[in-house]
Amino acid sequence: MTWQDGWWAYAFIAIAGWLATDIWRWLGVIAGNRLRDDSEALNWVRAVATALVAAVIAKLILYPTGVLEQSPLWLRLGAVAIGATAFFLLGRKPAIGIATTIATLAAGLWWLGF
Amino acid sequence: MKSDENDQSSVVWFLTGMRGLFSLPAFILMLSFVGFCSLTAQAGIPPEQVVFMTGMVWALPAKVILVSSMMSGASLAAAFLAVSLSSVRLMPMVAALIPELRTAKTPTWLLLFLSHFVAITAWVFAMEKVQAVPREKRVAFFAGFGITLVVANMVLVAIVYHFVADFPPIVAGCLFFLTPIYFLASIWHSARHPVVYIALLFGLIASPLFYWLAPEFDILLAGVGGGTLAWAVEGLWRRRREIGA
Repeated sequence: MTWQDGWWAYAFIAIAGWLATDIWRWLGVIAGNRLRDDSEALNWVRAVATALVAAVIAKLILYPTGVLEQSPLWLRLGAVAIGATAFFLLGRKPAIGIATTIATLAAGLWWLGF
Repeated sequence: MKSDENDQSSVVWFLTGMRGLFSLPAFILMLSFVGFCSLTAQAGIPPEQVVFMTGMVWALPAKVILVSSMMSGASLAAAFLAVSLSSVRLMPMVAALIPELRTAKTPTWLLLFLSHFVAITAWVFAMEKVQAVPREKRVAFFAGFGITLVVANMVLVAIVYHFVADFPPIVAGCLFFLTPIYFLASIWHSARHPVVYIALLFGLIASPLFYWLAPEFDILLAGVGGGTLAWAVEGLWRRRREIGA
């Protein structure tokens, strides 16, 4: 049977998709329920969760898919560096950092003839 | 009478959470779903299944892996394994969020249900916003935001699937870049514990290192390794300061 056949596609999505992701969330609830607000264990979990999200961020910047796959790495890193500079110099407002990064990237892509 | 007032204000906080749909992170996520529509349409997956997948598999990277497994004709066990490996990060994310949301009286079944709505966007949004919400209303606030975000994206996918159009390259490139930049700015902005800054930096550096060493498990290793190192460094620094003081 292939995935196109009606009910099997839904069963496939439910088992390989829903169950494979929600199992980790349920384990997270069980673990999180045992963590005290001010415990060192929660501090560690917080560090690991943040580092995991940071790893996803780095991957999206360093190894993008789609149009940006063709863009030079120096442009992407340069846009992030300029955006970070604006963020720290101008009152640490997320909107300023995001807008500066995206504007730099857009200008660079245009200049490179995208 | 008292409990009546309490219920009413829970509804108000649920609605406040719903309003989070009109925020930058929700907007960025919806644009990502437009991209996901074009991926699934090209893969030939019927729209009903894409809508079902959007609601059931609430993590975009997991969905992309699921679609590519379906396309390559992978077995159920192989697809389950690939999606599981990409989703381990949900466990510490949920575990870090739960102590921020619950009170002593929050039933576990409710947290188990609500955990389905935790993915990277809702996590970053909730970690930032719940601080301004009274503790006993945080569950209602998160439910309002999380459930609305999922339902809105299911509706979006059902509509957009039929009108998939490609953006001009510069627009598509900038849209893609919005996601990591928003996460970066928001986590830095909302961090209330010193360990978060260090973990963010270590995770960013560890990611390419482990991508080079072990590309299959890069995110997981960078998270556990970088996070543990960040925690150890911050603990050492804190103890040293306590001794010095």
